[in-house]
Amino acid sequence: MENVILSVENLNVKLNGEAVLIDLSFDVDEGDVLAILGPNGAGKTTLLKALLGIISYEGVIKWRKGIKIGYVPQRLPFIRDVPLSVKEFFHLENAPENEIKEILKSIGLEEEILKKKIGDLSSGQFQRILIGWALASDPHVLLFDEPLAGIDIGGQESVYNLLERLKEEKNLTILFVIHELSIVYRLANKVLCVNKRMLCSGVPKEKLTSEAISNLYAGQVKFYQHKHKGQESL
Amino acid sequence: MSQFLLSLFSGIFIGGAAGFLGSLMLPKRMALAAGPLGHLALPGIALALIYGFDISLGAFPFVILGIILIWVFERRTKLPTEALTAVVFATGVAIAFFFLPIEQAEAALVGDISSIQLNDAVFSIILCIIIFFVVKEIYSKMTLINISEDLAKSQKIDVEKYNLVYLLLIALIVALGVKVVGGLLTAAIVAIPAVTSRNLAKTIAQYKFLALSFGILSSAFGIFLSQLTMLPAGPLIIVSSAFLFLISITLKR
Repeated sequence: MENVILSVENLNVKLNGEAVLIDLSFDVDEGDVLAILGPNGAGKTTLLKALLGIISYEGVIKWRKGIKIGYVPQRLPFIRDVPLSVKEFFHLENAPENEIKEILKSIGLEEEILKKKIGDLSSGQFQRILIGWALASDPHVLLFDEPLAGIDIGGQESVYNLLERLKEEKNLTILFVIHELSIVYRLANKVLCVNKRMLCSGVPKEKLTSEAISNLYAGQVKFYQHKHKGQESL
Repeated sequence: MSQFLLSLFSGIFIGGAAGFLGSLMLPKRMALAAGPLGHLALPGIALALIYGFDISLGAFPFVILGIILIWVFERRTKLPTEALTAVVFATGVAIAFFFLPIEQAEAALVGDISSIQLNDAVFSIILCIIIFFVVKEIYSKMTLINISEDLAKSQKIDVEKYNLVYLLLIALIVALGVKVVGGLLTAAIVAIPAVTSRNLAKTIAQYKFLALSFGILSSAFGIFLSQLTMLPAGPLIIVSSAFLFLISITLKR
C-alpha cells in the first residue's frame, strides 16, 4: 500500500539475553493514530526505542524515506539536575527563535514560559513543553511514551486535547503507549496489543473486546487500576 | 616572570577549566569520579617526581588506564561503577606508596603549583584553553545526553563519540588538576565550583559562567593565601572553594 509510512516485520528484540519483543509485525499508515497497549514489562517502551533505531533489534523496521520522527520520552528524571530555562531547553536542539514562538502557540503556552526554569513547571506544562520540543524538528511522526503518565486529571484532558488538535492541524502520524482505554477509543484509529508478542491489532472498537483485554492483562489486576512504573520500581 | 605570577596564572587557568568541565560532570553524577581518578594518578605522579618530569605527564596515562580498567570491569562484571572505582583507585594509592619518595609526598598528595616551571605553565595554560573550547563546543549536546541518552539518540547525536571526548577531557583535567591540588583533592576542584554555581544559577548560561568563575576565584584566593601564609596552595584553594560554597548556601533562596 502506498499510504504505508511504517512497516514492521518479524521484529525481535533481546535485552541482556532475554527476549523482550517476539515476532512483531504490523503496518502504520500516514495519519494513523496507533495506540500501543500492554501490561508493565510488555516491551512497549522497547518497541518505541526500536522504532527510533536507538536500540539493536532483529527483523525489519522500514520507515518511508525522508520521514522525520519526534520522540516524547516517558520521563526525564535527570532534567531537574540541570538549571535549565525553557528557552535553553529548546536551544539544545537548535530550534530557531521564531519557530519556538510558533510552537508555543500550537501547544497553548504563553511566551513568558520561556523564562521559567524547567524545574518550576507543573507536570502538565512540562509535558506540553516536551511535546513542543519533539515538534521543533518538524516531524511527520510523533512517538509518545505514556503522554498522560504522572499528570493530574485536568492536565491529562488538556494534553489529550492538544494531541487531538495537533493531529488535525499538522496531519501527524502518532504512535503512543497508553494505559487509559478511554483515550484509546477517543483518539486512536488503530490499536496494537503487545505482551512481548502481538496479541491483537486493528480498529480499537473491534479488537478491544473484553476477552482481548483480559487476555492482554492476564494475571494483572483490573486494567484501569494500572500503576505507573515510577510507583512500582524499587 | 616571577614564580608567583607563574603559579597564579597556571592555577587560574586550571581552576577555571576544571570548574567549567565540572559543571557538565555534576548532572551526570560524575563529579566525584574525578577523585578516584586523581588517586589513581598517584603512581604516575610518583614516577614523575622520581624522574623529574612534569607530574601531569606522569598522571595522564594512569588516569586513562584507570578509565579503561573501570570500563572493562564494568562490562565484564556488571557491578556498579562506584564499587569498581573504589577497587581501582585504592589499588592506585597502594601501589604509589611502594615507591613514592616520602619527602615529596606532600606535592603528590596535595599538589605544588608554587614551584611550577615556565614550560609546564605554558603547556598547562594552552591545554586549559583547548579544554575550555572543546567543552564549550560539546556543552549543548552533552547537556542533552546528560538529560536523556534516548532523547539525544533520537536527535541523531552520536552519544558514544561525545562520551569518549568527554572522558578524555576528564582525564586531561584530572592530570592537570593534580599539579594544583594533588592526587587527593582533584574531585574538589571539579565538583565544588559546580555545586556552588548550582546553588545560585537559574539558567544554564549562568550555571556555566558561575562554575568557571568560582573555579578561577578559588584558585586565585588559594594561591594568594598561600603566598601570605606559606601554607600549601592546594588545600588553600579547596578551602577557598568550600568557603564560596558556604556563601552560596546563605544566598540561595
